[in-house]
Amino acid sequence: MCSLEKRGDVFILTITGDSDHRLNPELLDSITAAVAQVKSESTPSTALITTAQGKFFSNGYDQAWALSDPARPKIISKKLRLLVEDLISLPMPTIAAVNGHASAAGFILALSHDYLLMRRDRGYLYMSELDIGYPIPRWFVQLVRSKIGSPKIWRSVVMAAAKITAEMGVEWGIVDSAHNGIEATVEAAVKLGADLVGRKWGGEVYAANRRVVFADVLAVLGSDETVGDSGDADVASVMNHKL
Amino acid sequence: MCSLERRGDVFILTITGDDQHRLNPELIDSIRAALARVKSESFLSTAAALITTAEGKFFSNGYDLNWALSDPARIRPKIMSKKLRLLVEDLISLPMPTVAAVNGHASAAGFVLALSHDYRLMRRDRGYLYMSELDIGYTIPRWFVQVVKSKTQSPRIWRSVVMAAAKITAEMGVEWGIVDSAHDGAEATVEAAVKLGADLASRKWDGEVYAATRRIVFADVLAVLGSDESVGDSGDFEVVSRL
Repeated sequence: MCSLEKRGDVFILTITGDSDHRLNPELLDSITAAVAQVKSESTPSTALITTAQGKFFSNGYDQAWALSDPARPKIISKKLRLLVEDLISLPMPTIAAVNGHASAAGFILALSHDYLLMRRDRGYLYMSELDIGYPIPRWFVQLVRSKIGSPKIWRSVVMAAAKITAEMGVEWGIVDSAHNGIEATVEAAVKLGADLVGRKWGGEVYAANRRVVFADVLAVLGSDETVGDSGDADVASVMNHKL
Repeated sequence: MCSLERRGDVFILTITGDDQHRLNPELIDSIRAALARVKSESFLSTAAALITTAEGKFFSNGYDLNWALSDPARIRPKIMSKKLRLLVEDLISLPMPTVAAVNGHASAAGFVLALSHDYRLMRRDRGYLYMSELDIGYTIPRWFVQVVKSKTQSPRIWRSVVMAAAKITAEMGVEWGIVDSAHDGAEATVEAAVKLGADLASRKWDGEVYAATRRIVFADVLAVLGSDESVGDSGDFEVVSRL
């Protein structure tokens, strides 16, 4: 589901396969395990690049899987929130090299990285919920607002479901740079990663600082009202629920 | 005090008359009643949008201070403040996109009313958006500032608006990100607003989902609508019974 390689000081986590990389427990667990492995190998200084194969970065939650059992939306929500917490706490800079469409939870996954590089010739960032009639969780909105300064742009992203190409993303301050094709995007991400590693920041300090900067996001990761998870009950036991 | 018409999928609420459209209880109640009608009519039909505009030289010149200050018991300011806060909550909760077609001056509470819409279109040939409080020696309520901050992108702009009482023409508004577009004359502004409203309605978003999303985006405004320290309303006891 995902592969991990190291190029110099930089890890590259690639979501593999030609599917739309829907975030279901299997893929979320696979990415989470890869991130944990990266964390354990994080010294000396390193950086993480997350990318994917094919036309999609990720097209969001696996709705087909989730809708067949009321416990399932809670499970994937919890797993994604734990993954986002892991990314926010990762002791190294993180870069999303967006190879294609990143929609809804997939867009959130990309946004959970410190830097976002994207190919200009294909793909949108797209908060699709309004177009498909889904309520957007408070924590998604908090993350979007933590990365986007302008009310007009949140409006476009969250309240008008804009389909954002790399060029629009650069203009709107969501995408750091746009590149011609996926290989160029990953190359640029590796270069950025190497530059950041060259600053020789202490990983633990970097992570602690990032946690402070995104404290408002961390504060809301405990619950997801759209799946009825108030954070009070133990969803972990739900996650062990055999389906 | 205000009229309501429907053009296709778009509702147009017009504050009528050539006066300054001061926000006294009568006008606020009239606007709220129109919004309640819009809400109930939209329930039975397809996606819609609301345009709010006004006749004459003013969108609204703010609270009816003559009315408010003639009360030695100082209940009247509390009443107007409470009613305006209820109106702003209604707008934030309205199950459709909202567009203010600003035909003229929008000052203080009138500026807040315009800001409480999702989109702002304004005539370029006349009128200012103007947070006048500093110039007339009034303390600005915390909730007004929260509305301003939720719609403006930078501390320098809040400073200009709130701490320098800038008189903002449509062109300045577009530059500052407060106004979406500027038009020649009131009619052209309303036409453009109707067109924008129709485009937004054609996205066929579920009104309840749109409203729920907006409530999350503006949760920080909703959180402070319960009180207004500038009129001594801590939100603890019921001002409503006085109404």
